[in-house]
Amino acid sequence: MPHEAAIEVYDLVKVYGTTRAVDGITFSLARGSITGLLGGNGAGKTTTIAMILGLITPTSGSARVFGAAMPQQRYQVLHRMNFESPFVDMPHRLTVRQNLNVFGKLYAVDGLPERIARLTRELDLTEFIDRPTGKLSSGQKTRVALAKALINSPDILLLDEPTASLDPDTADWVRGHLERYREERGATLLLASHNMAEVERLCERVIIMKRGHIEDDDSPPHLLARYGRENLEEVFLDVARGRGEAARDAAQ
Amino acid sequence: MSEHSASASAPALQRVGAMVLRYVYLLRSSWSRVLELVYWPAIQLFVWGFLQLYITQNSGFFARAGGVFIGAVLMWDILFRGQLGFSISFLEEMWSRNLANLMISPLRPIEFISALMVMSVIRLAVGMVPVTIFAIVFFGFNLYGLGLSLAAFFLNLILTSWSVGIVVSGLVLRNGLGAETLAWTVMFVLMPLTCVYYPVSVLPSWLQWIAWLLPPTYVFEGMRALVMQETIRADLMAEALALNAVFFAIAVFVFLKLLESARRIGSLLQTGE
Repeated sequence: MPHEAAIEVYDLVKVYGTTRAVDGITFSLARGSITGLLGGNGAGKTTTIAMILGLITPTSGSARVFGAAMPQQRYQVLHRMNFESPFVDMPHRLTVRQNLNVFGKLYAVDGLPERIARLTRELDLTEFIDRPTGKLSSGQKTRVALAKALINSPDILLLDEPTASLDPDTADWVRGHLERYREERGATLLLASHNMAEVERLCERVIIMKRGHIEDDDSPPHLLARYGRENLEEVFLDVARGRGEAARDAAQ
Repeated sequence: MSEHSASASAPALQRVGAMVLRYVYLLRSSWSRVLELVYWPAIQLFVWGFLQLYITQNSGFFARAGGVFIGAVLMWDILFRGQLGFSISFLEEMWSRNLANLMISPLRPIEFISALMVMSVIRLAVGMVPVTIFAIVFFGFNLYGLGLSLAAFFLNLILTSWSVGIVVSGLVLRNGLGAETLAWTVMFVLMPLTCVYYPVSVLPSWLQWIAWLLPPTYVFEGMRALVMQETIRADLMAEALALNAVFFAIAVFVFLKLLESARRIGSLLQTGE
């Protein structure tokens, strides 16, 4: 029976030594939804995404993708997922085309040359498709990383700071592409970000994390109303500085 | 977009092929990497080759044992460069911060290991074939003249090099690039123990016991028996193969355990020290 939820996280815990990086979080993401994981440094966003990807084994609790337990049953679903992060690179000396070719073969993409041609067109890579990836600007590298993340037309796309260190124009362009991809493919997107404007624009749901816990979880309009704020940045600051409860009370 | 969706049942060989292609692209893009593959084995060959020429002219014993040093040098390089070829291909993923991309792809650990094994043979061929030709041209030593025995020597040496490479890669995977030095140095621990340039009988008896636990020891003894006494020691090759099978199985098990541990401590996302 197909699972309704794309991702189900239940009482997930990750402990490193004496640090509880993720401390008993529970949430479920519907298929085709786009959700933002918001939180400061050390909130547990990247660790949560890594556990969903099967890169990190949870200390306790579970992370399931289309019903498959991660990381134990990861090979049932990895071909339907992908990931992009500025903290993970691709081989620098390989050209963009060579990198896409290798990853396309790893994911056994049908019609790979056509897929690469389409991504090259859509992500505007034509000019530097045969240039070594390491010699590109950070904006170009981000587009290449996005092309790699989309090579297998994933049903679930996880993004860690997808527009970090990009100029506003390129960042806006990347967001537009993600929105179009979600609409066309009906894919589920989960993105961790520090960029409140990005989360506000892209996400229909926001999960705010702090010190490994979920502090709040709702749609951006509901969050703004609940905290009596104009934008998510103010909500984020309320939560980050421990004023969340007071702000909520004041708004009510 | 669905016409381009990925397949769940992609043959393992296709994924192994993709990884080999990745390393071939890398070699093709860097002439310095290719040159390095030939440079050190060639230097080794010339140093030991000329030394052998000198002592052959001054010793009746070595006059009868022509080629034993050069043979040992070439065999040692198969062992050392085989492991290095495996480990460096793995390290390329760490250096380029690409490991997480591979670990979230459908590539399985055993397929990754298989690709690294293929690459170790390719890198070895690029480096060693020119050097074996130098050995013929400059010192009249034809490694290929060893015939079927060469195949047995090669098989045993490459199996040992893979076992060491697998464990070293697992340790780097688990502990980060701080453990990288192991890739360059660990094989030298085996050099005195495996009796590359002298017979096992030279060692103290307690060390001989350890030496006979190591598969390359059988190969170097077998090579000396062939070059000096023209005797093929199939028994030594069979024993080495049995030991190699055990060590290889242990190495894969250790790698999988280290990978499991890396997932537990979260080191797959980090590539620093």
